[in-house]
Amino acid sequence: MDAGVGCEKMEGSEVPIGTGQDHLGIYMHELSIVCSVLDQLDELKKQQPEGTKFSKVGLRVGELAGVDVDCLRFGFECSVKDTPWETLALEIEEVPRRQRCPGCKAEFKAENWATECPKCGEAATVTIAGEELQIAFVEVDE
Amino acid sequence: MSQIVVEKKVLNENQKLAAELREKFRAHKILVVNIISSPGSGKTTLLERTLERLDKSKRVVLLTGDLQTENDAKRLGQWGFPVKQIITGGTCHLDAKMIEKHLADWPLDGFDMLIIENVGNLVCPTSYDLGEHFKIVMLSVTEGEDKPLKYPSIFLKSELMIMSKMDLLPYVPFDAELAKKNARSVHPGIQIIETSSKGDGLDQWMKWLEDKLAAVKSGELVSA
Repeated sequence: MDAGVGCEKMEGSEVPIGTGQDHLGIYMHELSIVCSVLDQLDELKKQQPEGTKFSKVGLRVGELAGVDVDCLRFGFECSVKDTPWETLALEIEEVPRRQRCPGCKAEFKAENWATECPKCGEAATVTIAGEELQIAFVEVDE
Repeated sequence: MSQIVVEKKVLNENQKLAAELREKFRAHKILVVNIISSPGSGKTTLLERTLERLDKSKRVVLLTGDLQTENDAKRLGQWGFPVKQIITGGTCHLDAKMIEKHLADWPLDGFDMLIIENVGNLVCPTSYDLGEHFKIVMLSVTEGEDKPLKYPSIFLKSELMIMSKMDLLPYVPFDAELAKKNARSVHPGIQIIETSSKGDGLDQWMKWLEDKLAAVKSGELVSA
């Protein structure tokens, strides 16, 4: 079973000029990301006992990951349709950006792009969360 | 029902391939930069000006990505440095596999620098590590000064922001100071160089590249 079918197209590259025009616009990277998720689930499934059924996949998407969560959901729905992954549910945890101050060690959520330390005013704080793009878990039906 | 903890990066495969590329670039002491901007910010023009000024003894190669056409490779091919066009056929970004594939028949031995011109897009290329030392983001003064706030990821991940088309500043309602402030609020340590196709800022840009190249050659700069 290969739920990643169709993802080969995503690799693009050296498509002769003049072809592929009718696909323009459907290759936004959220779809590539869905394909990467499904490819990894295919692999993970091979490592499980025969007949194991995944019912849900949990993703963690940081605010700074450059991923539109609605696009990701839409891409997921389109990608699993009429494949063995059709019944797989998708759960997305969105992770806000957090910063740490190198001076006073305060950790804080960066609201409205304000990255200055709210305690001591230090401007050059470091991003410690918000860049995640991870598969967190899968749920298995037993 | 039970749960399997996976905790893996979604773009694991790309990440693995990028790590292999990075190791190759390290072994051959090649500086690799990945230039990213919206369509029309002036990536190709900046590279034309760069190639024009580059010391011809330097062994520099370029990969330039677009959805269609070989126009950019033709434009960039005039200065004698090897250029290859990556036609993505619709894909909105370059990934590590495309880089690996297009470098496969180029012997990397003796190369000094690889310049990658990504597909014009401020969103998708951000997620794909190509094994580069630096991402460089370009923002032209004919765009909005709030772009760093609208597309923060790429400004956060870029070492350098090139503010291009500075010669047009008198004719457009673009607040350059605000643009810089916005970029720094997203990425406090970002370096900024202001350029134009007329030559503004190009000395500073060439020096930036040469300093980074020297640091790669001396082993001082190793990409993580």
